[in-house]
Amino acid sequence: MSSTSSPSTPYPTRARFFSVPSLETIAAWLLALIWIFPLLYACWAAFHPTAYMVRFDLFAPLTLDNFKNAWAQAPFARYYLNTFMLVTGVVLAQFIVCTLAAFAFARFPIPGKNLLFMLVLIQLFVFPEVLIVENYRIASELGLINTITGIGLPYVASAFGIFLLRQTFKTIPRELEDAARIEGCNWLEILWKVYVPLAKPTYLAYGLVSISHHWNNFLWPLVVTNSVESRPLTVGLGVFSAPETGVNWATVSAATLLSIAPLLIAFLLFQRQFVQSFLRAGIR
Amino acid sequence: MSFTDHRKMQLYGALLLLPAAILLATFAYLPTIATVVNSLFLPGFRGAPTQFVGLENYHVLFDDPTFWKVARNNLLYALGTIPTSIALALAMALFVNGKLRGRGFVRMAYFTPTILPMIAAANIWMFFYAPQIGLFNTLLGALGFSSVNWLGDPSVALGSVIVMSIWKEAGFFMIFYLAALQGIPPELKEASDLEGTSRWSFFWRVTFPLLMPTTLFVLINALINAVRVVDHLFILTKGGPNNATNLLLYYVYENAFSFFDRTMAATITVVILLVLAVVATLKFTVLDRRTHYQ
Repeated sequence: MSSTSSPSTPYPTRARFFSVPSLETIAAWLLALIWIFPLLYACWAAFHPTAYMVRFDLFAPLTLDNFKNAWAQAPFARYYLNTFMLVTGVVLAQFIVCTLAAFAFARFPIPGKNLLFMLVLIQLFVFPEVLIVENYRIASELGLINTITGIGLPYVASAFGIFLLRQTFKTIPRELEDAARIEGCNWLEILWKVYVPLAKPTYLAYGLVSISHHWNNFLWPLVVTNSVESRPLTVGLGVFSAPETGVNWATVSAATLLSIAPLLIAFLLFQRQFVQSFLRAGIR
Repeated sequence: MSFTDHRKMQLYGALLLLPAAILLATFAYLPTIATVVNSLFLPGFRGAPTQFVGLENYHVLFDDPTFWKVARNNLLYALGTIPTSIALALAMALFVNGKLRGRGFVRMAYFTPTILPMIAAANIWMFFYAPQIGLFNTLLGALGFSSVNWLGDPSVALGSVIVMSIWKEAGFFMIFYLAALQGIPPELKEASDLEGTSRWSFFWRVTFPLLMPTTLFVLINALINAVRVVDHLFILTKGGPNNATNLLLYYVYENAFSFFDRTMAATITVVILLVLAVVATLKFTVLDRRTHYQ
C-alpha cells in the first residue's frame, strides 16, 4: 500500500491492468489460440448446418441435426458401451496383475530378479501394436478375435504399470510391513492393507493415463475387431468417417465430438489431475 | 530367516509374478520370437511345408524401392516432427511457467490435443486439408493464392501429416518441461538477476543445460512415437498418394492385412524392432546411467 501514496506511481494496479501485453504474452496467446482452434472449429461445424463449414457467421443458425444424423447412422450407444467395458476391464486387470508383479519385484528374493525386470521393461518399447501380425494370430488361436477381451488382454501385463508400482512400493517403509505381520497378516493381507492404500496416488495417476490411452487407442482394436459388437469408439469413428463412405462433414464433426465428449468433459473438470497424472506417470 | 523360509519367499514371489509373466510371454516375447523366425521362412503353397530361406526375405525387402521410400518417409517424419515439437514444447513450458495473463487457459489449450484420440484429431484436420472446401484452401483463396492439394499432392502430403503430428504432440511434451522448470531452484534466477545476466543468456547458460535430461527423455518418447503411431494415416491419407506418406508400421499393416503377405510383414516388423532396440539401448545407457532402474 505504501507505493500507492508515492507520487511517481499514483495508480500502480490500474497502470498494470492497462499495460500493453509483452511480446511474450502475445506469442503465448497466439500459440494457445492456434492449439485450441481445431477443437473449437469442430464444435462450430458440429452445431451448424453444413453450409456454414467455412463461412463464419456469428448469427448462423444453431442446430442439433448433425448429432441426430450421426447417432442415427452409426451405433454409437453400442460403441460407448464397448469402450466403457474395455477401459474398466483393462484398468482393473492391469491394477491386479501389475500390483502382484510389482510387489514381487519390490519385496521378494527371486533368482535373476534384475534380469527378469529388464525383460519386463522391454515391453516399454515393444508394444502390442508393433507385433500386430503375430498378436493377431495368437488372439485368433485363443478365440479372442472380435472380443473386448481380445482388445484389452495384450495390454494387461503393462511394464509401465509394473515399473510405476514397484517404484512406489519400494518407498514404503518396512516397519509398516513388520507391524502388520505382528498383527498376524499374511503376505496378501500385507499387500492389501499396507501397500495398496499407501500407493493410492500412483494408482490414480496410472489409472487416468491408462484410461485415456485405451479410450484413444486405435490400431490394435481395429485389427482385432470386425463388427459392431466389439468395436470401441475410435474404431467406430474411423469406419464412420472414412472418406469413401461419403458422410457429410458436419455429421462427421458431430460424430467426432460424440466420441471424444466423455473424456474431454472429464479432462475439463479434472484438468489438474490429468496433467499431474501424465506427469507422474511419465517421469520414470 | 531360515533356509526354508527363504525358499518359501522365492516361491511366493514367483507365484506373484506368474500372471504377468504368462501375459508378457504370450503377447510380447513369443510374438517377437515368432516374428523373427517367420522372417527367415517362406510359407509353402498348397500344403507344401514352409521353407527355410535364411536372409532371402531381407534381400527381397531391401531390393524393393517401396520399402526404401517408406523407410525414408519415416525418417523424414521423425526429423520433421521431433525437433519442432520439442522446441515448441519447451517454448510452451517457458510461457506458462512465467507470469502470464490467463495462464490456466493457455496451459489447457496447449494440453488439450493430448487428450484427443489421434483418430479424432485426424478427422478434424481432414476438414482443414480438404481440397475444395477445406479451411486452408478457403483461406488461401481469400488471400488470392491458388489452392494446394494438401493430402493429395505427393510433394506436400507428408508435410501436412507432420504438421498435424506436431500439433498433437507438443502439448504432451510441454508438461515434462514444465515439471523440470519448476524443479529449478529459484536462487539461480535471483543470483543471475543480481549479476545482471540477460534473460537470453540465463536461458542458454543455465536453464537449457539443466533441462537436458528432460530433453533426452522427451526425445526417446518422441522417437518411439514416430515409429509406433500411425492412426492418423487411416483417416488422412492411407499412406498415399503413391506411398508418399506411408510409414513403417502402416506398411506392416498393409502387407499383413491388405496384401496378405505375412512374411513380408514379419520382415518389416523385424526392421522396426531393430530401430526400437537402438532407442532402448540409447535410453538404458545414455539416459539412465545413474537413475533408478535397479
